[in-house]
Amino acid sequence: MAELDTSGGGKHKGGKVRSKKASTRVDLTAMVDLAFLLITFFMFTTTLNKPKAMNLAMPDNSVKINQLPVAESRTMTILLGAHNKVEWYMGLPGKSAPTVDGYGPNGLRKALVENGNQVASTHAAPDNFMIVLIKPSDKSTYENLVATLDEMSITGVKSYAIVKILPIEVEALKSQGNY
Amino acid sequence: MPRVKVARKSTAIDMTAMCDVAFLLLTFFILTAKPKVEDPSKAEVPPSSKEVTIPDDNVLTISIGKGGKLFLGFSGNDVRQETLKTMGEKYSVSFTPEEINKFANTEIFGVPMNQMKQFLNTPSNELKNFEQKGIPADTTVNNELANWIITARKADRGLHGKDYSIAIKGDRLEEYPSVNTVISVLGQQKLFKFDLITTLRAAPKK
Repeated sequence: MAELDTSGGGKHKGGKVRSKKASTRVDLTAMVDLAFLLITFFMFTTTLNKPKAMNLAMPDNSVKINQLPVAESRTMTILLGAHNKVEWYMGLPGKSAPTVDGYGPNGLRKALVENGNQVASTHAAPDNFMIVLIKPSDKSTYENLVATLDEMSITGVKSYAIVKILPIEVEALKSQGNY
Repeated sequence: MPRVKVARKSTAIDMTAMCDVAFLLLTFFILTAKPKVEDPSKAEVPPSSKEVTIPDDNVLTISIGKGGKLFLGFSGNDVRQETLKTMGEKYSVSFTPEEINKFANTEIFGVPMNQMKQFLNTPSNELKNFEQKGIPADTTVNNELANWIITARKADRGLHGKDYSIAIKGDRLEEYPSVNTVISVLGQQKLFKFDLITTLRAAPKK
């Protein structure tokens, strides 16, 4: 307790004049108010400031290793173009015209899920997962790249890589007006 | 019949315990709070649905600001001191102890080596208006950014015996080539795993 016994011990009956003792009780209300205000302030400033991160692993291109041949029907190539547009195609470049799509649930995500299911149903296990090649063009933004990588984790694509874009693919983007 | 007297109770509550707890919490939050560092790159990070947080210490962050300007920040005051000394020798710029001290307290910077002295001699209150040009990173293997990173990593290894985890903080609307420059600089140093700093997307749309 914050109060102290200030009454003075014992019973004095004599007519001794004693000075009146002021109570040592302090009103803490204002102090507590201030303390809680500061607590609230510090709580909000600390918790809302955590940056999130996305892991990215690039292939080690300094060592030449034997690469496994992969069926072209299993690869999906995503070209990141200008104006927040993507183009994607299955298989080898130039064979089929790329599909123009947008980012988001109805664009790229839907395409990834559909193509993933198609690859899974047409190939035998264990090689029935889709391989995605992400090719950002010089006109795509960093946000586009992050959005694409995010879609990979949302749709659960097991193997994907960021690859340098080919001139033929830049031409494809140009012809569709996305470069 | 005597009237039953209802004892009047005081409305004053003893707030000592509450006050104690409040100040204990306050002390905790003050001590754990980190001063927010003014980010000269002003990078507006893109959103993603990832919820992994980056480690608090032992991080080397490369920021890509507006216009592809590159900024670098790495943790550890002693590492920063050591790095500036080594970099000064490499680029034959000599720094005074005050300048080294100032650099040790600089969380993030983005100036080329020939501007470094000027940057470090600018008083802290004028630093906001100091135009940081960004660390040059051309296509050669020995560009300034690559040297900074390798020197900082060596210093961290030597002083703490730890390896930096690498984080890239890019502006949302920055075009891909500048991101590619950073990735290839890291690739030349055999750094293939890094974190892209993002903010949490407000509501993940499924």
